[in-house]
Amino acid sequence: MTDPTVLRTRGLTRRYGRDSGLVRAVDDVDLDVPAGQTLAVMGPSGCGKSTLLHLLGGLQRPTAGEVWLAGNRIDTMSERALARLRRDSLGFVFQSFHLMDELTAVENVELAALLAGRPPRRARQRALHLLDRVGLADRATHLPSALSGGQRQRVAIARALSNEPQVVLADEPTGNLDSAATLEVLRLFEDLRAAGQTLVVVTHDARIAAVADRVVAMRDGAFADDTRLAGTVYGGRR
Amino acid sequence: MQDVVLAMLAKEPAHGYDLRTRLRAALGPLGEAMNAGQIYVTLGRLARAGLVTAERSAGLPDRPDRRVHTLTPAGQQRVTAWLTEVSWPKPDLTEFHLKLVSAAAAGLADPVALVDTQRREVLRRLRDAQRAALDRSVDPVAGLLLEGVVLRLRADLDWLEACERVWTRRD
Repeated sequence: MTDPTVLRTRGLTRRYGRDSGLVRAVDDVDLDVPAGQTLAVMGPSGCGKSTLLHLLGGLQRPTAGEVWLAGNRIDTMSERALARLRRDSLGFVFQSFHLMDELTAVENVELAALLAGRPPRRARQRALHLLDRVGLADRATHLPSALSGGQRQRVAIARALSNEPQVVLADEPTGNLDSAATLEVLRLFEDLRAAGQTLVVVTHDARIAAVADRVVAMRDGAFADDTRLAGTVYGGRR
Repeated sequence: MQDVVLAMLAKEPAHGYDLRTRLRAALGPLGEAMNAGQIYVTLGRLARAGLVTAERSAGLPDRPDRRVHTLTPAGQQRVTAWLTEVSWPKPDLTEFHLKLVSAAAAGLADPVALVDTQRREVLRRLRDAQRAALDRSVDPVAGLLLEGVVLRLRADLDWLEACERVWTRRD
């Protein structure tokens, strides 16, 4: 039987500074994210939620504890192995989109696949398919500067999906968006949830709860509250 | 409710069932919870107060929903007064605030635990309203109401966060 837990942490801890300046950004966190779950980690700025996401994505190393992705321990991996893992198994979505300004929407989406050595024609086909999935088929050749904030974030989400990631990790994905664009992104997350994509979102925006199976409140680096929202079955509602 | 029904009649005389349909459309998903009989009760009261007249329509059975309702001059005046009146619903946070204060003073319950419970409830309501707004079939005007509900609940969550911060420090 395969382990249905995609992401697991044990005693996950990240400290900054020392002595009286010591900050426990993430403090002894145990977390299990089953396949297909949409998890929202919420809390005020400075509560450690971004650090947590970076640790989950192998962008930072923990001070102590373990991170497991699909049964593989990642916190002890070499930089090279981590880079390969991020490229092959994880999708990232950031508050400020992080698109390449000089590349078109479709070029941004296919870039990761090309860097991973996929044949250009297949990479392009998949990128076009993903842009269609996020409702931007008619914007494929636009530069990011010609797109609205909500459209740029949807391109970024298409890019995050380009490697068929085991987990999509999103950091304040609606932080720079107005209310209409937030709605677009929430609808897209709802589609991903319905399609069984495992998704971890750290955010200050409680509207994310609309598409979450589970909401964790984070305070001072630790989990203060863990809520499975009513009407949801653990592991998704498909 | 009385003012709303009067204002809906300002456009033209209408049947009760017509008003009900228009009201439900304006409320969008929130209109589904509306009590069907309420509009007829309201129309009855307005007729007794002399603000509307109700007439049987020819060829239809004489039932409350089949009567045509028309504004009287007094009804028109009241609509005008309602539209120019400035009022705004006040969220009442006093009770919850005092619950925290008294629970802490008497050592009855941990205020932070009360805040946690409340936050879960507000989060559920916000989730329901936001989910309803995600439905692509929601009319944009009806969606505005859902957006208002969501924004208010977000403000409540911000306030609960402030409550938690202060009460955590007092422990």
